[in-house]
Amino acid sequence: MAKLKLKALEQYLQDVDIFESPKLLLEQYATMPHIASRMLHTIQASFNDIEGKLVADLGCGCGTLSAGAAMLGAAACVGFDIDLDALEIFRKNIVELELSNVDLVMCDVTQYLKDTRWSKRFDTVVMNPPFGTKHNRGIDMEFVRIALSMASTSVYSLHKTSTRDHVLTKAADWGVKARVLAQLRFDLPASYKFHRKQSVDVHVDFIRFWFADEHKKY
Amino acid sequence: MLTSKCIKGAKDVQVSEIDFNPEFLVRIIPKLDWSAFYKAAESIGHGEGLPQTVISEFENDEDFLKKVHHILLEVEVIDGELICPESGRKFPINEGIPNMLLNEDEL
Repeated sequence: MAKLKLKALEQYLQDVDIFESPKLLLEQYATMPHIASRMLHTIQASFNDIEGKLVADLGCGCGTLSAGAAMLGAAACVGFDIDLDALEIFRKNIVELELSNVDLVMCDVTQYLKDTRWSKRFDTVVMNPPFGTKHNRGIDMEFVRIALSMASTSVYSLHKTSTRDHVLTKAADWGVKARVLAQLRFDLPASYKFHRKQSVDVHVDFIRFWFADEHKKY
Repeated sequence: MLTSKCIKGAKDVQVSEIDFNPEFLVRIIPKLDWSAFYKAAESIGHGEGLPQTVISEFENDEDFLKKVHHILLEVEVIDGELICPESGRKFPINEGIPNMLLNEDEL
C-alpha cells in the first residue's frame, strides 16, 4: 500500500462518498479527490510525514484526507468533526474501503482539542479547515493553532489564497515555519444556493507548517 | 484511543486484524497515558496480560508490543460509553464514534 501511485490514490479516493446535504454554517466543502490525492502524495513523497505515522484530521467531514492518509500507509489516523451526519458517511466509507486503522471522534475541535493532554500526541495533522467566511472569522487559524499543539512534526492545511499574508504572518508570530507548497483552484460545484453559477473557482493555498527548532519536536 | 477518559459499559466490542508495526508502537507507547490505557483495556475485558505500568526495555519485547498493538489498534468499542473519572459525565459511543460534545451549559 505504501507505494501507492498518485493516479491510483486519486482513483481510490473517487470512491469516498461526500456530504449529502452540506451545511452552510459549518462550511462543508469536500476536499475533492484530485486535490486530496496531490496533497497527500506530496506530504508523503516530499516530507515522509504519512507512512507509519499517527495522523490527525481536524474537521475531517466525510474523511477524504483521512482515508487517503490510511491508504498511503499511516499507522493510524483519527478524524475529528462536530457533525454526526458527516461522520456517519465517513464511517460507511471506512467500511466500504476496508480501512481498519481509522478512528472517528465527534467533538468541537476548537473546544475539545485545545486541552493540553493532546499536546504533541500526533505526528502529523492534515486538514481542510473551515475558511472562516460564515460569521466565524479566524476559525481557520484557530484550527492551525490547535493542530500545531497536537502535532510533533508538521501540519498541512488549506487556506484561501486571499488570506495568505495573514496566515504567514500569524505563523511567524507563533514561531513556526510556514511555506505555501502549492496554489490550487478549488472547483466548487454549486453546492449551496447562494452560488449562482454552476461552479465557483476559489483560489486556495496548500500550506505546510512545521517547527523551526528541531528540539521542539517532542 | 489516547484519551484519559475511562471506558465503561462497552456493549459491543469488535476486534479486527491490523498489520503489526513495532517501530510505530515503540514511538507511540511513551505518548500514551498508560494508566488510562490500562484501565480502559481492563474495563472492556481485554486487560489480560497487560502490566499496570510500562515495562522497562519494552522496545525489544515483542510479546509486550503485540499486546499493546492488539488493544490499541485492533480492539474497538462499537457501542458503549466513556465516563469522565473526575466529573462522572458520560460520553456515548455509537457505531464506533465517541461523542465528546458538551452542552452549552457545560462549557
